[in-house]
Amino acid sequence: MIANMVGTLDFDSKALVLRAERQRIIASNIANADTPGYAARDLDFKAAMNDASGSNQNIAMATANGSNPGSNGLATAHARHIRLPGLPGGTVGTTSNLAYTSQSQPTADSNSVDLDRERANFADNSVRYEATLRFINGRSKTLLSAIQGQ
Amino acid sequence: MSMFSIFSVSGSAISAQSQRLNVVASNLANADAVAGPDGKGYKGRQVVFETVPMGSEASAGVKVNAIKESQEPMRKMHNPAHPSADAEGYVTYSNVNPVEEMVNMISASRSYQNNVEVMNTAKTLLLKTLQMGQ
Repeated sequence: MIANMVGTLDFDSKALVLRAERQRIIASNIANADTPGYAARDLDFKAAMNDASGSNQNIAMATANGSNPGSNGLATAHARHIRLPGLPGGTVGTTSNLAYTSQSQPTADSNSVDLDRERANFADNSVRYEATLRFINGRSKTLLSAIQGQ
Repeated sequence: MSMFSIFSVSGSAISAQSQRLNVVASNLANADAVAGPDGKGYKGRQVVFETVPMGSEASAGVKVNAIKESQEPMRKMHNPAHPSADAEGYVTYSNVNPVEEMVNMISASRSYQNNVEVMNTAKTLLLKTLQMGQ
C-alpha cells in the first residue's frame, strides 16, 4: 500500500536529481564558452532516466534471455560476450550517460560550445525542473489530504 | 551532485571574464601610449582561459591560465617634432588594436551576463526546491 503511494514520488525525485545534473552540465558548458579546446557535454536524459528507474528495455530483454545486463545496461546474449567497460550505471547521479555534443559550426579554437543551443537547453531544462517540482508538490498534497481525510 | 556547484562553476567563469575585461581595459587605456627613446612601448595583453575540473565529471569551471603579451610589431609614426622621437624621427606607439579590443570587451561582457543569468536561474530553482511540500 505504502509502496504504491510513494512509488510515483520516487520516480519524480529521480527525475529531479537528473534534471539538476543536466542543469549543472549545461552551466559548465556556458561557463566554458570561451575556453579554447573545450568539448561541450550533455546528458542523454531518456537513457539516464531509464537506467535510474530500472525500466530499461535491455534489462527486460536480458531477463527474458536469462542473462544479466552489463554494468552499463547493455545486455549480453552469450556468456562469453565481453561487456563494455562502462561507468557504473543504474544509480541516480552517476555520469554514465554523459556524451559529447556535436559541433554545429567549425571554430578556430576547437571549442564545440554553441552558446545559443546551450542557452535554449538551459531554459528548457529549468522549466522541466520546475515542472517536476510541481508534480512532487501536487502528489505530496494529494497524499496529505488523503491522510487527513478532510 | 547537487545544483550548488553551479555557483562555483559560474563564479569561476565570472571571475575569469572580469579578469579578461580588466586586461581589455588596460589595453585600451594604453592604446596611445608612447614608447621612450629606447623603443620599448606597451605591448597588448591577452588572457588564456583553461578548463578546471570541479569535483565531478559533469562540472567544469574556468580559470585564467596565463596572460600573454602580443607579439605584433609596434606601431610607428613619423613625427620628428615629438619629444619621444628616435634618431630617424619615428615615434613608437603601443601595438594595441583598439577595434579588436572593443570586440573583445563586448564578448567578455556578454559571457559575463550569460553566467550571471545562469546563477540567477539556479538560485530560483534552488529556492523553489527549498519550498517543496509546502
